[in-house]
Amino acid sequence: MQSKSSALADNATVLRYALVAPAVFVILMIGLYPFIKLAATSVQDITMFGADRSFQGFKHYARLMEDDRLWEAIWHTTLFTVIALPIELVLGYLLALLFLHPLPFRRTLIAIILLPTVISPIVAGATWRLMLDQRFGPINQILGWIVGREVEILWTINPNFVWPAVLAAEVWQWTPFMFLILLAALSNVDSEQLEAAEIDGAGPWTVFRKIVLPAILPVVVIAVLIRGLDLVRVFDVIWTMTQGGPGTQTETISIYAYQMAFREFEISYSSAIAFFVILILTVLVIAALRRVEIAR
Amino acid sequence: MTSWSTGWRLVLRLCLAVVVAVVFFFPICWLAAISLKSPEEIFAYPPVWIPETPNFSSYLTLFRDGDAWAVWNSLVTAGVSTVLAMVFGTLAAYAIVRYRTGGDHLAIWIISQRMIPPICVAFPIFLLYVSLGLIDTYVGLIVLYTAFNLPYVIWMMRGYIQDIPVDLEQSAMVDGLSRLAVIRKVVLPMVQGGFFATAVFTFIFAWNDFLFALILTRSEVVTYPVQVTGYFGSQSTFWSKIGAMSMLGVLPMMIVVGTMQRFIVRGMSMGAVKG
Repeated sequence: MQSKSSALADNATVLRYALVAPAVFVILMIGLYPFIKLAATSVQDITMFGADRSFQGFKHYARLMEDDRLWEAIWHTTLFTVIALPIELVLGYLLALLFLHPLPFRRTLIAIILLPTVISPIVAGATWRLMLDQRFGPINQILGWIVGREVEILWTINPNFVWPAVLAAEVWQWTPFMFLILLAALSNVDSEQLEAAEIDGAGPWTVFRKIVLPAILPVVVIAVLIRGLDLVRVFDVIWTMTQGGPGTQTETISIYAYQMAFREFEISYSSAIAFFVILILTVLVIAALRRVEIAR
Repeated sequence: MTSWSTGWRLVLRLCLAVVVAVVFFFPICWLAAISLKSPEEIFAYPPVWIPETPNFSSYLTLFRDGDAWAVWNSLVTAGVSTVLAMVFGTLAAYAIVRYRTGGDHLAIWIISQRMIPPICVAFPIFLLYVSLGLIDTYVGLIVLYTAFNLPYVIWMMRGYIQDIPVDLEQSAMVDGLSRLAVIRKVVLPMVQGGFFATAVFTFIFAWNDFLFALILTRSEVVTYPVQVTGYFGSQSTFWSKIGAMSMLGVLPMMIVVGTMQRFIVRGMSMGAVKG
């Protein structure tokens, strides 16, 4: 069968490849070259002190398995993701319900709520770091009003409070993203179906489970996937607030990989880490996509 | 009875919505307040919320010391890379839709590039840039931002171009227009809104980037996010500079959400949600 567009005779053979040249450039620059380079350096021995480019076997990959700091970073990243993601999802959903029906100043209020999502994560981190300052920030001051005495929590230094601190910044910045996507999804739910269910006397939980959830699920899955991938590679916001500290308390995979490559100059070992992370992510994404397809 | 209760419910919902908006807006206001406070007000205890008279000296210091160059650097790298990514990305998207170059595999492969954590490819790119002498240059950052945004542009523009009926292009070609003329005169006007929205998001991604700017710049083309983190010293924190420099980075984004609201949902969800 001949497709419609190829029925038009023009210099298609040249153009069809010339036009995708930029795509090829992307593939080479971020999709192929780095992988070859990573694969090569990960089996050599390059550190701050010298470069041995002969084949060294897979000793750096063996080191991965025994590197407690790496597994801790993986644990922190997992924890951060599985805590932040549901909070953002639930808060985003509640906000979407609040704004679903007509409301005075609706557009202005939505614009204000969206602002955190489009600013730089660096600025979000910086802002929260200043807000959480133990003396000159407003958070301790407000908490002080609530409990009725002075509060001087060292948010970004005290190991017991550092996770709530970075989570606050993360949730503040990305709940609006979930809110916006869920608002769009909810506005597309068939209102006649909802009315019919209400007339039939279905309870709110049944309506949610039988009508609303199936309608918004595809969108929820995509939103969770996009945010999940962002959370797994989180760097900027934590870097600004704590640089992974105190100690290595808030060190995520990205921060650990950065430290290894650009502070310790463990080039070969950091290549092995990068390769390993890409491998885990690829497996996770493929598994997630499979599940989505099955769910459809 | 019903109208009375719906009226009260509306008031209640409005109150709740305003409270939520205040909570989300408060940190930005705090940042703006810091940038306008005098040093005494910044380090007052208990904290002073609103500066007595707006004090623009933090901003003046940034411009006098040349720190504000970082904003210019961000503008140049984000701006030029956005133009390049939009031109090349739209052409590639057109080929993928109309010529089906590479089939579905190419399109999916391209979008999968966006899932790679930047830190994983950062070091090979750093080595490449060292050997090419591209560290701390405009060209270096522009090329990188173009490459990193192309998958997004191709993916989004592919969606918009797919929505155009092919018949329109056919009749234009029967009238004797070449392919490139068709793209310029028929396709572009029809995807105008989507094109513009995609460009804005491409700009935002480059404007907000931190990791690559941190790794690939030294002193000449430092962008504003790197400059902001530089004010958190190990000895002292330069509060007023953090406030003012961050606000310079946030102000353009305020214009974006104020004017582009209806495009945001599609732009941020990779086209999955058509708002």
